[in-house]
Amino acid sequence: MNDQTQSVNPPQRALTLHRELTAVWSDLPGWRGVLASVNHGTIGLRFMATACVFFAIGGVLSMLIRAQLATPRGAFLDTAVYNQIFTMHGSIMMFLFAIPMLEGLALWLLPKILGARDMAFPRLSALGYWCYLFGGTIILLSLLGGVAPDGGWFMYTPLSDKTHTPGINADVWLLGITFVEISAVAAAVEITVTILRCRSADMPLTRMPLMGWYMLGTSVMMLVGFPPLILGSILLELERAFDWPFFDVTRGGDPLLWQHLFWLFGHPEVYIIFLPAAGALSTIIPVLSRTTILGYGTIVAAVLGLVFLSFGLWVHHMFTVGIPHMALAFFSAASALVAVPTAVQVFAWIGTIWKGRPELKLPMLYVLGFFLTFVMGGLTGVMLAIVPFNWQAHDTAFVTAHLHYVLIGGFVFPMLAALTYWMPLICGRARVPRVGEAAFWLILIGFHGTFFIMHLTGLLGMPRRIDVYPDNPEWIIPNLVSSIFSMVMAMGFALFAFDIVMQVIFGAHSRRNPWRAPTLDWAMSLPAPAYNFASLPGPGLDHADAAVALARGTGWLPGAPRGWRETLVVNAGSGRPEHVAVLPDNTMLPIATAAVIGSFFMLMLAGLYWLTPLALVAIVLTLWRWGAVMGADTDHAPILVAKGQSLPVHWQVRGTLAYGGAVATLVADSSLYACLLFGVGFLSVVAPAWPAPESGLSGLWSAMLIGVALVALTLGALFARRAEARRGSAIAQTQTRLGVVSGVIALVALVSIALLLDDPTRHARDALRGVLLGFAVVHMGIATLLAARSHADARDGRISAQRRGAVPVWRLWQDFALATTAISGLLVAAQEVL
Amino acid sequence: MLIGSAAIIAFVLILLAWAWRRPEGKGADERVWTLGLGVGFVMAVLVALVGYGFWVGERILPRSDGAVRVAAEARQWGWAFRQPGPDGQPLETQEVLYVPAGVPIDIEITSTDVIHSFWVPRLGGKMDAVPGRVNVARLMAHTPGEYEGLCAEFCGLGHSFMRFSVIVYEPGAFPDLSNRQTGGADE
Repeated sequence: MNDQTQSVNPPQRALTLHRELTAVWSDLPGWRGVLASVNHGTIGLRFMATACVFFAIGGVLSMLIRAQLATPRGAFLDTAVYNQIFTMHGSIMMFLFAIPMLEGLALWLLPKILGARDMAFPRLSALGYWCYLFGGTIILLSLLGGVAPDGGWFMYTPLSDKTHTPGINADVWLLGITFVEISAVAAAVEITVTILRCRSADMPLTRMPLMGWYMLGTSVMMLVGFPPLILGSILLELERAFDWPFFDVTRGGDPLLWQHLFWLFGHPEVYIIFLPAAGALSTIIPVLSRTTILGYGTIVAAVLGLVFLSFGLWVHHMFTVGIPHMALAFFSAASALVAVPTAVQVFAWIGTIWKGRPELKLPMLYVLGFFLTFVMGGLTGVMLAIVPFNWQAHDTAFVTAHLHYVLIGGFVFPMLAALTYWMPLICGRARVPRVGEAAFWLILIGFHGTFFIMHLTGLLGMPRRIDVYPDNPEWIIPNLVSSIFSMVMAMGFALFAFDIVMQVIFGAHSRRNPWRAPTLDWAMSLPAPAYNFASLPGPGLDHADAAVALARGTGWLPGAPRGWRETLVVNAGSGRPEHVAVLPDNTMLPIATAAVIGSFFMLMLAGLYWLTPLALVAIVLTLWRWGAVMGADTDHAPILVAKGQSLPVHWQVRGTLAYGGAVATLVADSSLYACLLFGVGFLSVVAPAWPAPESGLSGLWSAMLIGVALVALTLGALFARRAEARRGSAIAQTQTRLGVVSGVIALVALVSIALLLDDPTRHARDALRGVLLGFAVVHMGIATLLAARSHADARDGRISAQRRGAVPVWRLWQDFALATTAISGLLVAAQEVL
Repeated sequence: MLIGSAAIIAFVLILLAWAWRRPEGKGADERVWTLGLGVGFVMAVLVALVGYGFWVGERILPRSDGAVRVAAEARQWGWAFRQPGPDGQPLETQEVLYVPAGVPIDIEITSTDVIHSFWVPRLGGKMDAVPGRVNVARLMAHTPGEYEGLCAEFCGLGHSFMRFSVIVYEPGAFPDLSNRQTGGADE
């Protein structure tokens, strides 16, 4: 072990290194530290703590539901309040607990377990957190004000449209959740890039800890799976605010478009939640069984299979909307098939226990709770995948029972295991004995007592979402049983929280690596320092036992001798170190940006649409500041990271983290655009009120304007290329200036088309054209801003033979704007011709 | 399905307990666990189940075989039905649907406002009532009597009370309508 570790740098005094690094990596003292922190450890813990608070709030709401249903004529809540409460229970648990919880775990854990000092985009972590906190607060305040969303957590139209929900209840949901989703997409971009580029030296993708694979699968699914919901929310909000009829059957819309977009998100969402939990299980089970995981390769294949299959399942939430039986059979088979990769993992975990010597520590209790609960949830899931059974059980308490078995079994139990497992690393203390076990038994018994009988209640015909059932005496006993046991479960969760607080305050100091785990997250002192590793791990120093050697600076890139927050960036596949990224320091920019984005959403919510341009300008200004503090105006000599190995700093290479982030963002953006095209195709083919009325867009003017826009866009793409190719000379500045000019011309041409558009409230086709145009304008605007950013970089000397400034990212966006605008133009032309 | 599920759950839990209690011995064979149990066993169960489901589903699909056709129109919050009356002429009713026993019934379901769902738990099946389209569900009741139906898709404030009845009568013996309220059920 220690005698086999290789050192690539001379040993130093660990305490000196610790002080040097702490000075550079710590949050600011006092309240400024609260507002300005960008450190992944701080932000990750905040995410998890805030998510737990929302879990408690969602839990209290569920207690209110159970209190109402305990008797057939519950007079505890009136129907309007009851509807708000069950809508908020689902929405909070999904969007304000589960997703932020897994984001927090990823942010906090990934750099530690992969052997890096921070996430790829620390400021983005902070922005995501503030968006989450502000959006969640808006939603909570609406509950206090009695105007909370009340249309069910999946917000089916037309119930959620302006006619049937005239208040701002639905707007709160659409705007608040979209605001929170900014943090989800930001986290997905960041997690993807971090896993691909911020691993320890020479850790190939094929040998990274399984947690990395699970989180990679999760983040890719979030990149592709969240945009459909964001698009759906934008469309529904446009319909509510401006009467654009995307979902109105009388004017060419279709309520089923909402269901498709919602479930295109909603089903992957289930696996987005499950995969990180499964990652925790794959990490914890082998450690507590004193062995290695069985079937690494097969598990990776299963994860990839799940990611792929989960996008083919959304229709199984819509078996009763009237879809042809053959199509149902296809989605039924796909839904059943998804049980295969899940089962592969379950059996691999049991096989791991089989080959090891399991120890019944507290995290292992939750793992066993997971097995019992999740296997049952999975089997009821297979039942629901069978079409005739689904027709019977759809929208009954049976489905409620199933989804709680899957979500609590597949997410909450593993997360409780993960919390108890990583608590020593979080707070540096061992837990107080026995309280945790009592909490586990209360939660387990309470859970099964509540939900097992709900299968029966559902088969007795009780639908979801009703508040009274005076004519159904056969539902009284099972409901009462559920209500009583739900109180037991609530006590269990309270005891769990109490146990965590006890551990933080009264726990004995834990020894290093208390579980004797092999992974790098334990190769550090407890609690985890702000910088994670004094020197970074690599071959020979890639095990938790290397903790002392790493702390003494014998690994890669020791200390912070330049006073910068540095971490190693590696090749995505092989893990070969490529350059050194200098990460941003503490800054208030993220909270300021989140605040101006929040002001935009608040103005929309208040219906002050004429004021929103102000907020948009403020957003552009703050984003400009993000770019202004990136890059450098002088070259820096390569940094010696190990004996005989010097690497450039990030502003002197092309393949930076930021470039990877831009690519990941465009993946999400492409998903959004593809869903928009799906919407156009779906409505043209399926919606009843088509073909649309005569269009005024067929004239010569619109053809000319789109032609001008496309030529200007193409020229811009050429200027971007030449600016990068000639970056060493003065010509670069000319090219960036031309890029800005061509961008403005394209923008003007596109905005002029808006004047020719038919009234978007007339028919869904015209409304969709308005959205396509809006998409083109927004992307053209961003590309032009990036051109302007590149021009500022060229002017201020941030571009040279070695430094490229914002030009590569500008080029990427310019190409994307060109491609999507051309496709939209062709689509509209095809609609006109055909 | 219930017995099968119970058997699978028991099987998995026994495996788990066995894995736990097993005396020290040789290691586990990766392929037995992941490919054998994970893929092979699960696929065998699924193929059987999906095939059976498809077969059952095909049988209860609407076909053009001269079944009795009735119409159901949902609204916030109630149901309007149109069915063959005692004299064979179409009869319109509120909240009560009359169908003969022993013959297949095709129900054309639609909605005038938001999405509702037509469901008679004891007769099986369930179909959404979507504004702008007509979905057809097939039911068959073997025994005359009164069956309770309800809306199974959340539709706003009156959702819990959006109930209706299905009266199944012996073919040719249409029940007496005079003692039942058949219209203006909007309260």
